[in-house]
Amino acid sequence: MSITEIKSKTLDWLDERTGWRMATDLLDHKVVPQHAGTAWYYFGGITLFLIGVQLFTGVLLLLYYRPTVAEAFDSVRFIMTRVEFGWLIRSIHSWSANLLILSAFIHMFSVAFTRSYQRPRELTWLSGIVLLGLMLGFGFSGYLLPWNMISYFATKVGTDVAGTMPVAGPTLARFLRGGEDVGAATLTRFFDFHVMILPLLTFALIGVHLLLVQKNGMHTPSGIPPSKLAHMKFFPNFFLRELMVWYGVLAVLGTLAAMFPWELGEKADPFASAPAGIRPEWYFLAQFYTLKLIPSHVWIFEGELLGLLGFGALAAVWVLLPFWGTRANGEPRTRLTAGVGIFLICYLITFTYLGYVK
Amino acid sequence: MRAPVILLFFAAGAFAAGPDSCMTCHTAMDDAATGPSALIKNDVHIAHGLSCADCHGGDRTNDDPDASMSKAKGFKGKPARSAIPKFCASCHSNPDYMRRYAPRERVDQFELYQTSVHGKRLAAGDANVATCIDCHSVHDIRAVKDSMSPVHPLHVAETCSRCHSDKQKMAAYKIPTNQFEEYRTSVHWQALSKRGDLSAPSCASCHGNHGAKPPEVESVSAVCGTCHVLFEQLYTKSVHKAVFSGEGGGGGCIVCHSNHAIHQPSTAMLTGPNAVCSGCHEAGSKPAEAATQMAGWIDGLDGALQQSEAVLTKAEKYGMEVSEAQVRLIDGREDLVKSRLNLHSMQTEDVRKPVEAGMAVAKETGKAGEDALREKDFRRLGLAVSVVLIGIAILAIRGLIRRIESNGDGGAAAAHE
Amino acid sequence: MQSTHSSNANEDRRTVVSWLLGGGVAASLASFFYPVARFLNPPQVAEASVNEVVAGKVQDLKPNSGKIIKFGNKPALLVRVNDTDWKAFSAVCTHLNCTVQYQEARREIWCACHNGTYDLDGRVTSGPPPKPLEELAVKIRGDEVVISHRV
Repeated sequence: MSITEIKSKTLDWLDERTGWRMATDLLDHKVVPQHAGTAWYYFGGITLFLIGVQLFTGVLLLLYYRPTVAEAFDSVRFIMTRVEFGWLIRSIHSWSANLLILSAFIHMFSVAFTRSYQRPRELTWLSGIVLLGLMLGFGFSGYLLPWNMISYFATKVGTDVAGTMPVAGPTLARFLRGGEDVGAATLTRFFDFHVMILPLLTFALIGVHLLLVQKNGMHTPSGIPPSKLAHMKFFPNFFLRELMVWYGVLAVLGTLAAMFPWELGEKADPFASAPAGIRPEWYFLAQFYTLKLIPSHVWIFEGELLGLLGFGALAAVWVLLPFWGTRANGEPRTRLTAGVGIFLICYLITFTYLGYVK
Repeated sequence: MRAPVILLFFAAGAFAAGPDSCMTCHTAMDDAATGPSALIKNDVHIAHGLSCADCHGGDRTNDDPDASMSKAKGFKGKPARSAIPKFCASCHSNPDYMRRYAPRERVDQFELYQTSVHGKRLAAGDANVATCIDCHSVHDIRAVKDSMSPVHPLHVAETCSRCHSDKQKMAAYKIPTNQFEEYRTSVHWQALSKRGDLSAPSCASCHGNHGAKPPEVESVSAVCGTCHVLFEQLYTKSVHKAVFSGEGGGGGCIVCHSNHAIHQPSTAMLTGPNAVCSGCHEAGSKPAEAATQMAGWIDGLDGALQQSEAVLTKAEKYGMEVSEAQVRLIDGREDLVKSRLNLHSMQTEDVRKPVEAGMAVAKETGKAGEDALREKDFRRLGLAVSVVLIGIAILAIRGLIRRIESNGDGGAAAAHE
Repeated sequence: MQSTHSSNANEDRRTVVSWLLGGGVAASLASFFYPVARFLNPPQVAEASVNEVVAGKVQDLKPNSGKIIKFGNKPALLVRVNDTDWKAFSAVCTHLNCTVQYQEARREIWCACHNGTYDLDGRVTSGPPPKPLEELAVKIRGDEVVISHRV
């Protein structure tokens, strides 16, 4: 038998038992619309790719990281100084986390501005928002794990803010911290969140998200006459382009890791005073700075409470975008949704910037 | 109607042991800011429940001035300057009395004072010298540990200088008046004022406080040695001890380091135009050569350590992890300190040993820094290689795409691959 | 004739280019997986644990004597008070960070820099140090003396 015959016989054998050809048939029929905004389609894939990078580098780091107060910092230092290419894996993991969240935000906003959340894709939007929340949770929990001064105090501030939520606040803070203060229990907990709970939830939701995307296909922005609408096959055409983009992202990650290695910092000392200018990572900076601006008491309400309620309201508006963004007759509320989207972007960018310089 | 009654209550309550007639009259008579009755609010004696009459005598319960300030009631009035120390000592030298308020307080201040230059001159009739109230103030006497007390460690030098920097006052005794100015330039003052190290010495630490007298020539090194123990031990075993002792000897440590203007020492004291050694040792003599040699070693070690630190800092700026080497550098610095200490035995061999050890550390840490920089270069090279390879891969994929899409369109047409 | 020749040449060129590009892709993949493979290989050097340090053997230190050992990146002072009692402290003087030492004759801990002294509980007994020495925990495991942070 020739090699080709062996190959096709094996594939047939497998298909009879697993039905793998079902997946390839699906893939064969998947098309991607080609228009001026096609480039935005890449960001979902970039986010997925970066999640893959995080998973891969995270599993590698787990070979050496020790999640106890006594050893966490030293194990990270061990990775950075003694393990071969440990500096590379760790720096990629830290940089990729930031790029991942950035990419997720870009993906979300591009979906918002092309109104891809409209019927029948509301559930895709909702699952995506939850995924964004999970990514922020990854960022927050992972940040504590090196157990250095900045991460310790940033976690302290962050859980303090969570504690000011009405009703559930103190319980939430206690749950997050594993006690009254940030300490060994917090580290253990955050490790569990970061390595088990959040990944399981993420896998489940990505599965849902991707299935919905396959089922509903890619959205074409309205306003393009059908005659002008071209399509590209997903496999292999769009996918090969995606590979190029992913390679490019890898090059960026490698450059960042080699030119700007992630710092070790100083081992956390709970009894020292917080370092001056302590602030959370950039993706929480806008909210952090907003809370700083709000006076401690506005009329009879506590400032922080008002801030959190404000964020909650804004978040609720944004999450429910598919539902109020479209009129009953199916027409989109173009100006309103675009306005809200632009406001949100401007607010986030401005306040993140201000949080940095102030 | 109620207001005066309430006021009376407060007034009554203000006096722990009932109304104090001294205070009642003198508050009305005195200057509201500087009078004794105003100052006394901050006094440590009042805080312990004592009052005017406990020092000045008299009867505080009697409103009639003649009765309350009568000699029969033990009224002493304002003591003459020459009688002030004895006045204070009437309580402060009485152990039974002092035990009631501050059992651990010393009771020998007057005894010490009588041995001091101030005490001796006062006894000889000179009322211009310092008595208790000149340093401790009067009526608003604060505890020594009170940061506003004139005898708090931070203020002692200032208090002494009130007289000792006064040219007119000191002219009569032919005492120089530059000590405070010189002391302000010293490392001890820097430690006190800038670092807040209250253990750092000021006037009283070396001269004594109540028994104030400049240390004799023989005792200078012992006085410095109360803190700088090892320096004194080495100096005592060295040839300089005998030379700097005795009349015209110069007075121990202060020959090289000065008494009040004690500055941060450096190898410039050993060799060069401002060397203190050249004050006695001729250029080219064996001791002068030894001094130059030791200075060279010490400077060499200092330079080597600084160079290693610079390389490590550079590597750190590039993001390399060099904390272990930086910690090892501390050992090198300790060797440098040891070499400067051993200088005081005036034996070159004693200096050579720690310098050698320190140079080994400098070499080791410098190498670690160089290794880190080389690793950084290796990483960047690796990065460049992978970026190039990624570029090739991207081109390859682009080529593949072109090939696929030139065969038919890349659109809905089924691919036969 | 001419066109066939050039089309053959073209095909050859294309094959060479394909191989080069394919090689480039393979090389790029290798450049990712080589570091990963090295990473998986555990380093020879044992981790310097700051959790606890074996300071030596019981018989190595005589009663009423002290020894400086490295604890993490700072020095620590181990004192054998008598046959059965051991004490350990951070050897960093709280005045100006010099390394302290044990004085057998006076049974106290002394700092050579400015004559600060501490007792065997780490408390300052004289001189400039403002704070006591941080005490560390000492455990005897078999014939080994182990120093660790106090919990």
